[in-house]
Amino acid sequence: MSSFARLTVSDVARHYGRRKALSQISFTCDAGEIVGLLGPNGAGKSTLLNILATLLAPSRGSIQYGDRTANGGGAEVRGLIGMLGHDLFLYPELTARENLAFFSRLYAVADVPATVTAALTRAGLADRGDDLVSGFSRGMRQRVALERALLHDPRLILLDEPFTGLDQASTAALVERLRERQRAGCLIVLATHDLDVADGLLDRAIYLKGGRMVGIDTASNGLADRYRRAMQS
Amino acid sequence: MSGFFRVAWHVMRKDMTVEVRSREILLTTLFFAVSVVLVFSFAIVREGRAPDDVAAGILWVAISFAGTLAMGRTFERERYNDTLRALILAPADRPAIYVGKLLGLLLLLGLVEIILVPLVGLLFAAPIFSYPLMLSALLVFGTIGFAAVGTLFAAMLVRVRSRDTLLPVLLYPITIPVMIGGVRGTAALFQATPDEPMARFWIGLLVFWDVVFVTLALWTFEPVMTE
Repeated sequence: MSSFARLTVSDVARHYGRRKALSQISFTCDAGEIVGLLGPNGAGKSTLLNILATLLAPSRGSIQYGDRTANGGGAEVRGLIGMLGHDLFLYPELTARENLAFFSRLYAVADVPATVTAALTRAGLADRGDDLVSGFSRGMRQRVALERALLHDPRLILLDEPFTGLDQASTAALVERLRERQRAGCLIVLATHDLDVADGLLDRAIYLKGGRMVGIDTASNGLADRYRRAMQS
Repeated sequence: MSGFFRVAWHVMRKDMTVEVRSREILLTTLFFAVSVVLVFSFAIVREGRAPDDVAAGILWVAISFAGTLAMGRTFERERYNDTLRALILAPADRPAIYVGKLLGLLLLLGLVEIILVPLVGLLFAAPIFSYPLMLSALLVFGTIGFAAVGTLFAAMLVRVRSRDTLLPVLLYPITIPVMIGGVRGTAALFQATPDEPMARFWIGLLVFWDVVFVTLALWTFEPVMTE
């Protein structure tokens, strides 16, 4: 498994016609960090995540995944990335096991049955693996979707609103899973509105407003106050 | 190269598994295609006789309308939970995903044609068993050409709001050569005195268009899928 130690975002902008969804975004972060993209709706969090995932090409600027770029790295860079989107990326007509097996094969994971069984166990759904995903609650789907994103042991994990619709227990389990991936040296970038969960979880918070970066915060605790001040500035 | 076909196979198998569970696309497509043929037969056939050369045209109209419906639906499914993003985010050859989707669509249209061709033969007294191999070749190569372009356009339009309107608007003009080949080749076999050399000529032309369309689609799929 190839890896990278630093993610460098340099002067990234994304325009849709004349509308600027993102402009002048620059930051760096290192493997082993949990980075939060914080901001109100329309701040550009999801757009930035999609650009980091190589699903969107920036209109200007560049992103370095270690010494590689999305254009130069292609499939190799995509293999380093695991993404949990707001829409979960699961087929409701397939069982949890079939979903995980399909994506394992797409990612050319070595031992598919063992990987899928381990993923189901980590999701707490070992006994529900053969049930259709359409019958799962939001929390259960979220857990399967997270394990789907982590099947190939990605080094960059991108999460779009991962705490939406989760109860306290599911949120705590997700936080613990992210901490475990952080200890394994993964870089985690997540977009969230949930400041309570983000406070204490993030090593670095990037404040976005109207498509622009209005601050970077590396202090621990008291995130909500600093976020409010950044948004008022 | 084996990785390419492995990914295409898994995408096709996934599409088939979803379809077997829901039967949504097959049933709606089949119902639509059979309705088209029945409506034409009520309108055209008089005292058990249809005008010459009509059967071939109606067969291809039904295939193209049903195919357009199936193309839209197969990518609509990928839109529900944004699974198309998950597919193109995988570290696989993106054209392999296109090939997988195309194969799944061809299989579905093949099943529809298995019902449709005998129905056209029955209702329009078309001699479908006179040249079965040549008729099969026309159907296979015609369907490949039509589906190759349609799969690309359906993938391109998946995030566009007016995709249901735009798909036929873009698809039909570009696939006119395939439709002409399919209709003229099939008509050559269905006429009172079948014209074998003419049917062979149209089969050759369909193969040519298939090569052109599949090559262009493989070449353009990756750029059009990156927003």
